[in-house]
Amino acid sequence: MADSTHILICRGTACLSSESQEIQNELQNQLKNRGIEEQVRVVHTGCFGFCARGPVMVVWPRGTLYCEVRVEDIGEIVERHILGGKVVERLLYRDPKTEINTEKIDDISFFHRQVRIALRNCGLINPDDINEYIARDGYKALGQVLTGHSPEEVVNIIKKSGLRGRGGGGFPTGLKWELTRKSPADLKYVICNADEGDPGAFMDRSILEGDPHSVLEAMAIAGYAIGAQQGFVYVRAEYALVVERLEAAVNQAKEKGFLGKNLFESGFNFDIDLRLGAGAFVCGEETALITSIEGNRGEPRLRPPFPAQKGLWGKPTLINNVETLANIPAIILNGAEWFTGFGTEKSRGTKVFALAGKIGNTGLIEVPMGISLREIIFDIGGGIPEGRQFKAAQTGGPSGGCIPAKLIDISIEYDTLLEAGSMMGSGGLIVMDDRDCMVDIAKFYLEFMCDESCGKCTPCRVGTKRLLEILERITEGRGREEDIGLLRELGHGIKATSLCGLGQSAPNPVLSTLRYFEDEYIAHVRDKVCPAGVCRKLSKVRIIPEECKKCGACAKVCPVGAIKGAPKELHEIDPEKCTKCGACVEKCPFKAITK
Amino acid sequence: MEQNQEQVANKKEHDEKLARLNDVIGEFKGQPGALIPVLHKAQQIYGYLPEEVQYHIAQGLGVPLADVYGVVTFYSHFTMIPRGEHNIAVCLGTACYVKGAGELMNKIGDELGIKVGEISKDRKFSLEAPRCIGACGMAPVLTINEEVYGRLNADQLGELLQKYKQ
Ligand SMILES: Cc1cc2nc3c(=O)[nH]c(=O)nc-3n(C[C@H](O)[C@H](O)[C@H](O)COP(=O)(O)O)c2cc1C
Ligand code: FES
Repeated sequence: MADSTHILICRGTACLSSESQEIQNELQNQLKNRGIEEQVRVVHTGCFGFCARGPVMVVWPRGTLYCEVRVEDIGEIVERHILGGKVVERLLYRDPKTEINTEKIDDISFFHRQVRIALRNCGLINPDDINEYIARDGYKALGQVLTGHSPEEVVNIIKKSGLRGRGGGGFPTGLKWELTRKSPADLKYVICNADEGDPGAFMDRSILEGDPHSVLEAMAIAGYAIGAQQGFVYVRAEYALVVERLEAAVNQAKEKGFLGKNLFESGFNFDIDLRLGAGAFVCGEETALITSIEGNRGEPRLRPPFPAQKGLWGKPTLINNVETLANIPAIILNGAEWFTGFGTEKSRGTKVFALAGKIGNTGLIEVPMGISLREIIFDIGGGIPEGRQFKAAQTGGPSGGCIPAKLIDISIEYDTLLEAGSMMGSGGLIVMDDRDCMVDIAKFYLEFMCDESCGKCTPCRVGTKRLLEILERITEGRGREEDIGLLRELGHGIKATSLCGLGQSAPNPVLSTLRYFEDEYIAHVRDKVCPAGVCRKLSKVRIIPEECKKCGACAKVCPVGAIKGAPKELHEIDPEKCTKCGACVEKCPFKAITK
Repeated sequence: MEQNQEQVANKKEHDEKLARLNDVIGEFKGQPGALIPVLHKAQQIYGYLPEEVQYHIAQGLGVPLADVYGVVTFYSHFTMIPRGEHNIAVCLGTACYVKGAGELMNKIGDELGIKVGEISKDRKFSLEAPRCIGACGMAPVLTINEEVYGRLNADQLGELLQKYKQ
C-alpha cells in the first residue's frame, strides 16, 4: 500500500443522488476497521463531470477510476486495491464500443480531450476546505493583484486575454470591467450571476459546488479593478448544495483574511453576500436580476443605461457569470498570453458544456473553443446510444437554436454558432436523435418561455402565447398551410420589438428548427403525420398483419380495451378507443405494432 | 379532552412559528432588498406563504401588502398552496424532457389523481414541475421531499410511489 494513497469521491449533486455519501461513510468505516484510516486520505470533491457513470471514485497515485460504485463494492476495493495493490476490473470504465476496460482517468477519451481552466479544481479538491484551494495557488492571484498591480493594469490583463462573457452574450469581459471602472460614483458593486436558468444545464452549479473559492477570489479581483467594496452572488434557491458550500466558503475566506477589511495589507476592503433567486428565468437577465436583488418583482429594465453606468441601487455595477469569473484567477496567474494560446482568434480560451439528452456520456466537459461539434459528441460524448442516428444538438437553451446533423463539423465559436442560427449560450448542449420531433422540441422551449415571460412588454407576453398556440395546433393535427409563414413573421416581430433578451430570443428555437427542419413542419401540417412518432394526436397505432403472431399480449396490456381479437385471431385496434399510449407497441414481442 | 390537547399543541406550534418569523423580520428590517430574503425564511418556517403570513410580513417590514403579494406571485419558488406530506417534483427541464419526463409526469399524475401545483385530498402528496434541478446527467430526475431519484423508468416509478404511499 503506497503511503500517498488518497481516494477522491465525487459529491456533486448527481452523484449524491446515487448514494455517494453512504459510500464515503462505508469507506471510512472499512479503513478504520482495518486500522489504516491514517494512511489513506479520503477526500470528497465536487463534480468530476462524468455523471453518466456516477457515483465515481478515483484512487491515487495510480489514478484509477471506478464507475457506478455501490456501497457493497467498498469491501472489495479496500481489500483488493488499497491493501492488495490490484485493480478491481469489474468497476473500471468499459468503452461501450470497443468493450475494452480503461483503468486510468487520463486515458479515458471522455477526459483526455478536455482542457480544464474554469474547472481546474473541480473533482480534485474538497470544496469545503479552503486550505485545499490555497494549496492549489488559491488566493495567490488576489495577493499578486493587490500588492503588485494597479487596477488599470488588471483591467488591461483581462482585456488582453480576450476573455468573453460565458453567461450567454459573449461580451468582452475586459471592456465591461473598463466601462464600469470609468463610471464615476461613490459606491460600486460586483455581482456574480449564478442564476443558471437554462433548463438542461449545470455548468455553474458544478463550478460553485466543486470550487466555490475560485469565484469568490475573482469577485474580489474584479472589485479591486473597478473600485467596488461589495459583491453579491445571486444564486438559484433550487441549488441548495451550492448555497451551503458558498456560505461556508465565504465564512472561511473571511476568517483567513481573504475577504473583509484591508486585504493583504493593501487597504482594500471587499465583502460578499449571497442573495437567493426564487425561480424566475428572467432574473438571469442582468437588469431583472438587479431589480430582484433590490427586493422587487424581477422585471427587466430598458437598457441603456447599462448596469456599468447605473445598476444596483442606481450605482455602477459589474455583472459577470460564474464561469467567466472562474477563469480570472488562472488568467492573472498565468498571464493573458497563456490564455490566448487556447481557442481561436475571436473566441479565446475554453468553454464548459453540460452534455445531456441522447448521448452516451452525459456530464460536464471543458473544451478549447474551436473544437468541432463532432469531436464533442462522438469522441468525448461517446456518440448516440442504442445505435440511433444523431439528428440535432440544441445550444443556448430556450434562447438558442439547433445545429442539424449536416453541420456536425461546425467549429464551436461565438460567431460561427450565431451564423448557424444558434448561439454559444451558457453551455447547455442537448443532443437529439431520430426519435425526437423538432416541432415538439420547439413547442417545449416555447412553453417554457411563455411561462417565464414576466409580462411587462406586450410582444413577449402576447406574442409568445400566440406562437405557442400555433405550434399546439400543428402538433395536434389542426395546423394550416399558412401557419408556417405566420410562425416566421410573428417570430421576427417578437424578436425585433421585445424589451429584454428573453423576448428577443424566445422565438429562436422555432425559427431555427424551421430553418433546418421545415419538411418536418410541413409533414405535420399537410400530411398530418409526425415523422418521429412523438406527437400523439398525429400518430396512428397500427398492427402489421404479416408480422402479427396472434399471441394476444397486446390486447391484455391495453389499458382502454381498444384491441379486439382473441388469441389465435388477427388483432385489430379500434382507432376511436385508442389513446396512443404506446403500451402495446412496447409489449409486442414481435415488433408487429407501429406508431 | 383530546380535542383540547390538540388545540393546545396547535396553538403552541403557531406561537413558535410566529416568534421565529418575528425574529427574521427583526433581523432584516431596514435593510435594502429585505423582502425576498424574509419570504424565503418565512416559507422555510411555514412551508408556504398563506395570506396571513404575507400580511404579517407587510406590517412588520412596513411595505404595502400589494408589493408582498406581487413578489410572491411573481416567483415560482414561492407558493400559497401548502405542500403535501410528500412533495414530488418531477423535473421538466430539457434534458429530462427528452429522456421521457413528460410521460413520467403523466403517470404520476394519473396514479395520484392530482395535477401540477395541486395537493391530494388526504394531503399526502403534492406535485411540482421544476425546470432543471441541475442533475441532468441522471435524467429523468424527480425529487421526493429532499431525496433525488435519477434514471427512472416506469416500473421503478411504481415501486417508488408505493414506498411513500404507506
Ligand atoms: C432571458 C435571459 C436569461 C439569462 N440568464 C442568464 C443566466 O442564467 N446566467 C448568466 O450568467 N447569464 C444569463 N443571462 C445573461 C446576463 O444578462 C448577462 O449578460 C450575463 O450575466 C453577463 O455576464 P458575462 O458577461 O460574464 O457573461 C441571461 C440573459 C437573458 C436575456
Ligand atoms: S433537465 Fe432535469 S435535472 Fe436538468
